[in-house]
Amino acid sequence: MTINQFLNLEWKQYFRSAYWQKSIAINILMIFLALYFIGMFLIMGIALYPGLKEAYPDQDPLNIVNSYLFYYILIDIILRFFFQKLPVMSVKPLLTLPVKRSHVVHYVLRKSVFSFFNILPLFAFVPFSVMLLLNGYPLVSVLAWFFTLMVLSLIVNFLNFIIESFSAETELSFLPIILLAGGLYALNYFNILSISGLVADALSAIYNNPVFILVPIAVLVVLYMVNHSLLKKKLYLDSSLKTKVETVNASSLEWTKRFGDIAPFLQLDLKLIWRNKRTKSSVWMLALGLLYGLFIYPQDQMSSPAFYAFVGIFVTGIFLINFGQFIPAWDSGYYKLLMSQNIKYEQYLKSKFTLMAMSVIILFVLSIPYVYFGWKILLAHFAAAIYNLGINTHVILYGGSFNRKKIDLSQRAAFNYQGTGAVQWLIGIPLMVLPLAIFGATYFLANFEIACAVLAILGIIGIVLHPKLMTFITKKYLNSKYKMIDAFSQDN
Amino acid sequence: MTHTRELSKTYGSKTVLKINDLLIPKGQSFGLVGNNGAGKTTYFSLLLDLIKPTTGHISSNGITVSESEEWKPFTSAFIDESFLIGYLTPEEYFYFIGELRGQNKADVTALVAQFEDFFHGEILNQKKYLRDLSKGNQKKVGIVAALIGNPEVIILDEPFANLDPTTQIRLKAIIKDLAEKQGVTVLVSSHDLLHVTDVCERIVVLEKGEVIKDLATNDATLKELEAHFSGTEAI
Repeated sequence: MTINQFLNLEWKQYFRSAYWQKSIAINILMIFLALYFIGMFLIMGIALYPGLKEAYPDQDPLNIVNSYLFYYILIDIILRFFFQKLPVMSVKPLLTLPVKRSHVVHYVLRKSVFSFFNILPLFAFVPFSVMLLLNGYPLVSVLAWFFTLMVLSLIVNFLNFIIESFSAETELSFLPIILLAGGLYALNYFNILSISGLVADALSAIYNNPVFILVPIAVLVVLYMVNHSLLKKKLYLDSSLKTKVETVNASSLEWTKRFGDIAPFLQLDLKLIWRNKRTKSSVWMLALGLLYGLFIYPQDQMSSPAFYAFVGIFVTGIFLINFGQFIPAWDSGYYKLLMSQNIKYEQYLKSKFTLMAMSVIILFVLSIPYVYFGWKILLAHFAAAIYNLGINTHVILYGGSFNRKKIDLSQRAAFNYQGTGAVQWLIGIPLMVLPLAIFGATYFLANFEIACAVLAILGIIGIVLHPKLMTFITKKYLNSKYKMIDAFSQDN
Repeated sequence: MTHTRELSKTYGSKTVLKINDLLIPKGQSFGLVGNNGAGKTTYFSLLLDLIKPTTGHISSNGITVSESEEWKPFTSAFIDESFLIGYLTPEEYFYFIGELRGQNKADVTALVAQFEDFFHGEILNQKKYLRDLSKGNQKKVGIVAALIGNPEVIILDEPFANLDPTTQIRLKAIIKDLAEKQGVTVLVSSHDLLHVTDVCERIVVLEKGEVIKDLATNDATLKELEAHFSGTEAI
């Protein structure tokens, strides 16, 4: 099987999927974001040399860049972990054909080299290198330096997939990356081991003696081979099955009965969340979300009251955003069943709403200790919680009616690290940016208390209109019923 | 009683189903046969309002399925595995369906208990999620779940495929019993001519989306169907 055939398959898979055709708007947004970043990097690459020369006339700009590369790499690792996923490919049909497994893996890995994350740095480092050459730096050395950076980019690329493959095994999926990045940062910060110095020294060494570029290349080759063997092992149909046939943890969830006719759906949703890896990891995100305020509030310069509401939206709404954005795709696997069963759409949606509303209330209660940083924070969190209850729950339910992407909960697809890609994060933006804008604007125009009141009143309006909004949303879902059934019955 | 009138389904310029008039009386065991692409699953999907008819409509007990949802309480179906919820155990799945259909736990337990030998000891109390069951066992769960809540119309797409011989024979007995003794309308599609002629009192042959044969089953039906599908039919 040649590269051409692989590419051909993927091209068709991508452009023929219901998802692509229905979400052109998101694709356009992604293109604009990409262009934006390319522009930023380009400007940075051109302006960096003259800028540094002007700011630090007595230092070599190249050395300054080298000394900060460690932080660049660290950020690169973290960003890639959250946004870059190994290219998914439906390999099942290929397994019985005369295609070598190792060939498939090579293809997937090589394809990842052309990721946006690897191309973006070029826009900064090519102009920077050109600037170096224009300023009389020796050609061979600059080229060696440039290629080293490219190799470093690829090293991070493949290192990321290894980290992801390990974190996919654990419940706390983001723990390995936090340990790695935090550990490196701490070692450097507390001067136990000056890694930023080491990186700078290594790059100077390569700059002075280009032969040393063989070292990072060797590292890259090793990482590539590790990836290859990891993936090859996963390339069996039963590799996901044999792991473990989980023993059932059955609890009757009797307490949900008090919610009346939505009880069966609530039970179903709770089981959904608790019994599937992917949903379970969004529960762990709650902990991260709750602690988010701790990163912000202790720092004086970042904790202007204008941001309190934003933190509040995030802290009390993390579950809402995480879980809500995939409604109704969570149920895509058995959507036909739900649609032919004796249920009312409204009950189904109401159950999702109740679940999200409960999470907001619980998270608000859990976030009360933030009052330690001042009563204003508590007030802002309270207003944000009401806003979440009244507005964001409805917005996200409404947004769900445009959802056309199936989620395969059973995770049978190889290479599926069940992560959320960049697109999914984008959906969270209107949910958080809009209240931030409203709150920030009223804060600057009037004062803090009024800003809180505005946010809360908006939320209360939403709560008052809840029955009307739900009828409207239900109608929207009913209208796209056939389209959703059709999209959810497609793979990919 | 299910009445199909002027029904057609068109994708682009291709008509995949066109049924002018088809009346299925209450309590009939109705078999649908036809080669791949004949429109069997399309018809069942239309019956369940999973796809939108291009023209015409189906009414079930006087309710137009594409307009009202009132047919749902007395209709149940098992079309494929997408009717199962993978992260539930079989028992939980039965109770969930039961709750949707207004049955309490005891009702469901009693009903499911009748199918002990159909399950062959591989379904109940296994402490396994549905996603971890084999294809055949998943199918058994889906079929039995379709019987919960005393439905008046039961739709089963290819119920015999993937089942072992013992289970096939037991399933035939169950379907016969439903139609003959309990007055349930059972709609079954199959590629196995022997099974449908065994089970169904009426067999409709679809070809390229149109009804080309409508037979009341008798001793000669199997021969006639075999002749039709092997292309040696006497004209």
